[in-house]
Amino acid sequence: MSQPVQTFTPEAFHRQAHDALGNPQIRANFRKAMDGLMDKRRQAFEEWDLEALRTLGASVRLRALSRLPDLLEQLEAKCEANGIRVHWAEDSEEACRIVTGICQENGAQSVIKGKSMVSEEMHLNAHLAEAGIDALESDLGEYLVQLNEQTPSHIIMPAIHLNTDEISTIMHEHTGTAPTRDVDVMTAAARAQLRERFMAADVGVSGVNFAVAETGTLCLVENEGNGRMTTTVPPVHIAVTGIEKVVENLSDVPPLYALLTRSATGQHVTTYFNMITSPRKEGERDGPREVHLVLVDNGRSRIYQDDELLDTLRCIRCGACMNHCPVYTRVGGHTYGTTYPGPIGAILMPHLMGLEATKDLPTASSLCGACGEVCPVKIPIPDLLVRLRRESVGEGRGNVPGAGVKRSTKEVAAWKSWQWLATHPTAWRGASIVAGKLRGLAPSHLGPWTECRVAPKPAKASLHTLIKQRTKHKELRQGQQEGES
Amino acid sequence: MTARDRILGRLRKGREERMQRDGGRGIVIPEADASVIGDRGWSRQERLQRFERWLTSVHGEVIHCETDDWTETLCRILKQKGIKRLALGHEQEVARQARQALEGKMDIALVDAARDVESWQQELFSQVDAGLTSTGGAIAETGSLWLWPTVDEPRLLSLVPPIHIAILDAEAIEDTFHDVMVSHEWAGSMPTNALLVSGPSKTADIEQTLAYGVHGPRELVVILRH
Ligand code: SF4
Repeated sequence: MSQPVQTFTPEAFHRQAHDALGNPQIRANFRKAMDGLMDKRRQAFEEWDLEALRTLGASVRLRALSRLPDLLEQLEAKCEANGIRVHWAEDSEEACRIVTGICQENGAQSVIKGKSMVSEEMHLNAHLAEAGIDALESDLGEYLVQLNEQTPSHIIMPAIHLNTDEISTIMHEHTGTAPTRDVDVMTAAARAQLRERFMAADVGVSGVNFAVAETGTLCLVENEGNGRMTTTVPPVHIAVTGIEKVVENLSDVPPLYALLTRSATGQHVTTYFNMITSPRKEGERDGPREVHLVLVDNGRSRIYQDDELLDTLRCIRCGACMNHCPVYTRVGGHTYGTTYPGPIGAILMPHLMGLEATKDLPTASSLCGACGEVCPVKIPIPDLLVRLRRESVGEGRGNVPGAGVKRSTKEVAAWKSWQWLATHPTAWRGASIVAGKLRGLAPSHLGPWTECRVAPKPAKASLHTLIKQRTKHKELRQGQQEGES
Repeated sequence: MTARDRILGRLRKGREERMQRDGGRGIVIPEADASVIGDRGWSRQERLQRFERWLTSVHGEVIHCETDDWTETLCRILKQKGIKRLALGHEQEVARQARQALEGKMDIALVDAARDVESWQQELFSQVDAGLTSTGGAIAETGSLWLWPTVDEPRLLSLVPPIHIAILDAEAIEDTFHDVMVSHEWAGSMPTNALLVSGPSKTADIEQTLAYGVHGPRELVVILRH
């Protein structure tokens, strides 16, 4: 049987993590996939000066961010001059309305989609369905996940949580494909099913990997060709993207592309790099007659206000941070309950959804540093996780929605008292003597801490006292020895 | 106020306040060495080798031939692969020569690709065995072809048929993507659609197992003319 449909939310992170850890199938699927991806990435950079390349990637992204408002305006002007219509959306709601509106203007009944995480972030499919428009995912992984009524569990490999048998069952149950373990047969079946849909689709919706301000070009990275189909076959193409995806020059694209494919899947290049600069021109034989670009803010301009959190916007969505994350590998992508899982999800989702809902995500890390080490644009992810933890207990600068949600007066008081004690030696000594005397009264249950550990107990005598006794002892003995000689 | 004004307004405010906070420094951009992405300086031989090694590593086929008799190689491939219906343009040099060599000579139907797709979409999607295109050139570092589809060789010709046959000249292989962009002045002349193609269409979405031809061609054959 394919997995039962389950809804995941960031609020239930702990329960979901607990469930996932107890699911050997999920753990095996992720372990195997992540081990393979880590290996491949390492090999893919073998011939490269990786540090120099990452520095270049970081500098390209930071240069773009430093000029972000100007570049967005330049991108808009270039696109419009090329015939691409540009729309701006403050949030998901507005972005969905824009896309639905374009569909309705064109009398669209069916939409075919290329892989787009921003459209996942917008919950576009549900919105289109409400308007009576059928949206079909065409990336094979997304297609399978959609058939199974799930959401992607990885930003690059959406169906990574499923194994061959599960996929065979899904295809059998939903499309009537004869059960098989032959991947080529399943792929061919999906090809045939989707080809019909490409031809029938009224609108193609895609994401964007890089938007080039200099030329007004939208770049899409892919292996399957569904992105090219989506952006070429239907008469209307709508590209949706976050406002941070813009780069300044065309020459900024090669370093980011080199980093992206190798970091994501360890490929030295993807099958297709698709650069779209205008709709079908007069006399051209194919391609959409209308191309729209929807620039989605959805919290990004707020992130932009903060000097430190701004680094979140460098991200090129390669997924390397999740591939290398020991927590992600063990709990899988759905556990996070958010569009973007793993370390990038933990630093991005609090801005999109607020810390009330996502307060546990920044704590879903051992701060081992692997994510920061592999990030192709050198985002200091661990620092940002720590910063968001501070924000959630109200110790940050408070720019994040829901900041302070985890603040507990008890905890604050406890740390304050401790701080006072630790800076007043006499009081400290007194307190440790008392603690030693009353050690029998120490609680044996301390919330989650004691779920898998024994509770700490104050020692009979503090280390301080013990050392003092020892020194005294020594001095005494030395005095005696000196007296004897 | 429109969404556009509000978004740009917030971004500008963010940037200005940042400038004030740190005395006009703004976001610090690290010094980077752009040569890491270009400056390969490979010999012609090395370029060819790299191109072939990388393209074949992703399941592309490279077939060498003399420039003068490349159409013979084409005929051989068509026969070998059992191609009965070949879609191609007719004005571009490659298409013209191929037509000359093939017309009436073999049992192969030549399908005109230089038509508005609306008039033959169904045929293109289900009745063409292979598409023939020329290429702008190639990239040695990644084994990629670069294509600027034209009126004569439209975008879908290299995507929809199950086999894509691409004609490439050995001299047109350059070291890196960066080099191609610079030497052909892409920034000043971007066409409707520019493409890098590196191998046949593929997916690893079913448990990391590679499968070819998921949406685009199952085979990519490069006829490399010397
Ligand atoms: S944060 Fe870095 S490693 Fe993670 S997806 Fe973004 S670019 Fe990749």
